[in-house]
Amino acid sequence: MIPAAFDYTVAESAEHAIQLLGEYGDESKLLAGGHSLIPMMKYRLATPTQLIDVGRLSDLSYINQSNGHVAIGAMTKHKELENSSVLAEACPMLAHVASLVGGPAVRHRGTLGGTLAHADSASDLPAAVLALGGTIVAQGPNGQREIAATDFFKSYFESALEPDEMIVEVRVPANTGGWNYQKFNRRAQDWAIVGVAVADGGKGVALVNMGSTPIRASATEAALASGASAADAAAMAADGTEPPEDLNADAAYRTHLAQVLTKRALEAAS
Amino acid sequence: MTSVMGTKMLRKEDPALLIGENKFIDDIHAPGELWMGMVRSTMGHAKILSIDTSEAEAMPGVTAVYTGAQLADMGLWLAPLPCAWPVTEDMVNPPHNPVCVEEAKHVGDIVAVVLCNDRYGAADAAEKVIVDYDPLPAVGSLEAAVANEVMAHSDLETNKAFHWPLIPDPEGTEKAFAEAAHTVKAKFIQQRMIPSPMEPRGCLAIPSPAGGEVTFYSATQVPHILKVMIAATTGIAESKIRVIAPSVGGGFGGKLNVDPDAILSVTLANHLGVPVRWTEARTEAAGSSHQGRGQIQHMEVAADENGKISSVRVHIDADMGAYMMLITPGVPLLGSFLYTGVYDIPNLAFTCDGYFTNMTPTDAYRGAGRPEASYAIERIMDMLAGEVGITPEEIRARNYINGGEAFENHEAASTLIFDSGHYRPAHDKALEMVKLADLRAEQARRREAGEAKQLGMGMCSYVEICGLAPSRALGGLNYGAGGWEHATVRLLPTGKVEVVSGSTPHGQGHETAWSMIIADKMGVDPNDVEVLHSDTAKSPLGLDTYGSRSLAVGGVAIAMAADKVVEKAKLIAAHQFEAAPEDVQFEAGAFSVAGSPSKSVHIQELGFAAFAAHDLPDGMEPNLQEQVSFDPPNFAFPFGTHVAVVEIDTETGGVELIDYVAVDDCGHQVNPMIVEGQLHGGIVQGVAQALFEEAVYDEDGNISNPSFMDYLVPSAMEVPSMQLDFTVTPSTTNPLGVKGAGEAGTIGSAAAVMNAVCDALSPYGVTDMDMPATPKRIWEAINSNGGAA
Repeated sequence: MIPAAFDYTVAESAEHAIQLLGEYGDESKLLAGGHSLIPMMKYRLATPTQLIDVGRLSDLSYINQSNGHVAIGAMTKHKELENSSVLAEACPMLAHVASLVGGPAVRHRGTLGGTLAHADSASDLPAAVLALGGTIVAQGPNGQREIAATDFFKSYFESALEPDEMIVEVRVPANTGGWNYQKFNRRAQDWAIVGVAVADGGKGVALVNMGSTPIRASATEAALASGASAADAAAMAADGTEPPEDLNADAAYRTHLAQVLTKRALEAAS
Repeated sequence: MTSVMGTKMLRKEDPALLIGENKFIDDIHAPGELWMGMVRSTMGHAKILSIDTSEAEAMPGVTAVYTGAQLADMGLWLAPLPCAWPVTEDMVNPPHNPVCVEEAKHVGDIVAVVLCNDRYGAADAAEKVIVDYDPLPAVGSLEAAVANEVMAHSDLETNKAFHWPLIPDPEGTEKAFAEAAHTVKAKFIQQRMIPSPMEPRGCLAIPSPAGGEVTFYSATQVPHILKVMIAATTGIAESKIRVIAPSVGGGFGGKLNVDPDAILSVTLANHLGVPVRWTEARTEAAGSSHQGRGQIQHMEVAADENGKISSVRVHIDADMGAYMMLITPGVPLLGSFLYTGVYDIPNLAFTCDGYFTNMTPTDAYRGAGRPEASYAIERIMDMLAGEVGITPEEIRARNYINGGEAFENHEAASTLIFDSGHYRPAHDKALEMVKLADLRAEQARRREAGEAKQLGMGMCSYVEICGLAPSRALGGLNYGAGGWEHATVRLLPTGKVEVVSGSTPHGQGHETAWSMIIADKMGVDPNDVEVLHSDTAKSPLGLDTYGSRSLAVGGVAIAMAADKVVEKAKLIAAHQFEAAPEDVQFEAGAFSVAGSPSKSVHIQELGFAAFAAHDLPDGMEPNLQEQVSFDPPNFAFPFGTHVAVVEIDTETGGVELIDYVAVDDCGHQVNPMIVEGQLHGGIVQGVAQALFEEAVYDEDGNISNPSFMDYLVPSAMEVPSMQLDFTVTPSTTNPLGVKGAGEAGTIGSAAAVMNAVCDALSPYGVTDMDMPATPKRIWEAINSNGGAA
């Protein structure tokens, strides 16, 4: 529970943070809410020697609706998503999922950009953004680029971000169809053992903790697109996944949970 | 003046806690202090081939690095860490050195210790100590220990540490089982639990090199016991050791030991002449603080055709872990007397075998032996009900001591005398509060409709042994100390009352409760009472807090000392009134003479008279200060009935506790708010064992879940708002008529919850399930029976 030694710098702007990332290279890490990174440092699973604090960049905290989508600043906290009147109108699913992340302390510190960059397959919001067909706006030394959520998550705690890039904005489509989020866990504050996010009446179905990354249940999506019933489509929810095994669940149980939860989510979203 | 006892007076302790004024161990610092960083074994069982400390020694701020071999040569202690409860003459007790010398016996066993002027530096340096291990086969489970194919201690030929029988009437047992119409046999597993107090353990030893004294601050439940044990282990004179427990953030038994860090910090502080400290990291605790439970129970009951039980036969295999700690071997035996539960069962045969494993040592954990016993009898009662074809409430009703009616001094089959009980009112009240009939109807409806979410109801009627303890009874069990408690009550010159308590709080609210007792006994405002405790210089005599003993032993000592102060004060009052003492009355704090209303004095006004001693009765010693060492004649036996209601999602295996009713009887209550708090927490700790917590080890003795991410301590979110009620059956063991309440919740709740889980799953042919009843286990149980409801 005692982290290795590190230095700490407060970034004054996104540009400054990116410049610092360039200077310190691999040994540095961006610090936003810190609720994923700091525990990993305390367990010495992560040992960055330089932390660059972007959590104070208040100009990256906003929720705006325009041109059929909602643009959310990377440093927007989960609690702000949960309470956002814009999201309540235009993308209630994201507000709902944010309300289920950890406990109040986590939600008052954790940020949307932070949880996406951390790329934990067991986190709630990455799967929600994936189901929604969101877009991640990354900024690097050469400016900004847009990355589709479907291309963003690469492997365990690994995203498409370059070492000198940071997330500055997340965009999700506004006013899509029926949605639902099913989270199965043993304690209210825990990560999902399995979670299922259904967006746009079933056009987007994404799974939590069913592989090395948050993943789309593509077999289910395809079945639904060709007219399958919710029950039949849900039976394929785990097709093509390689569920992790831990003290809570083995692959067979996770597969079963994905099917049950997907069925429930689809029925609730229709 | 109305009684203060029995009211929900707010706790005197809370304002300071709420504003953060209290000092916990980590808030206390001494100039020049060095931090210990423990190098802990990463192997369950391994020979230590070599230890390279050179890199660690070169780290900034590092003063010294000691290996076990070096420390052994330095001769800093006289004896290994103590076990105060050698349960049998021939108990095997391998030496438990503060730092292991040749072999590491569990993950977390200390291999070397770093001293550094900074906590973070100590952690960094400990990582740089290179230990070359030769792995040895490890005993990573109790089952493996019993199999005896691999030895936890290489130099022993068996893992078995002792065999302890309690078989008062062996022929009676044979006969009962031979003649029984029904017998039920079950195997229950009590998983390992991590005590998890909110504040981890920690210590700070401050030496005074010229005088040879040492002041030892420790986040401990047992400063008095620690003082004696440190003296006995290190050879430092007791008179030169002062132990202080500052504010202590919970313990649940986890802070009643004499741990390696205590002996290391005291002896190294003395050796180096500087303060030495340590604070446990949370994940470190899985290997540095003892764990609880760890038993396999083979339980059998014999009953007649109506379900009336004639005998209980039980054998326990108990996991000691790698070493015997302070009371490790005695913990399972504390339950031995309770395997007949609240029932009139004439015969009991109990045996226990203790085994060594290559896991963290076990020791007391909330309930210590009694939750295990109540679990076994209360689970098997439900099984027997099924066998006989009657309801769980009916099987209990047919077996309660004295038919459920009030009794005093019942001799149980274990030969223990239950002080008092009246079991049926709690039973009836609990079933009424939970609305059992309505729940049964709803359960039937859901089963009929084939709904995904099914209901289960489970009850547990428990009795427990608390108020540790009559010293003679402890002596009979070969326990290495007595069970009395000491109290001093002083009426100060200003009229305020100073109480010195031998029992030591770690969150219970002793200051409040003792003030309330004094308020009633002496007729003073509870805010005029100051309670001194937890410092052996202020309170030299005491036996501390565990086994739900504080009130039933320590609180009673306080009350008795107060009575003695009042008696002496009465003599002074009589002297002032020029009246005979027998004519002086004492009411609501005032002495008066019957028939002479002008002659009245409040006891607080006599404080100065006793102090000034200008005009005391001839031959009377000055001052109003009385002491009592109270050694109870018997234990106290609280009881109650708990009912749990669970909802199981049969599609996912998810389980939710949706209602919980507890009707408890702890005799007279001093502060019902504190009693309710104890029950709330205690119940959740039993719920935790039933549904959430388990220290999981692999076959090599590695723990899989040392952090709170994977070791699932439930929060308020996981439990419903509990419905509590009480009956009052005064104890006959002590003049206050009180029984303990600190462990009762835990002793009642695990069985209630598991009975509810099994009730919900009964249509699937499920009759038993290991704890914790995880969603995965539930889902597998449903499916292993074909999923056919």
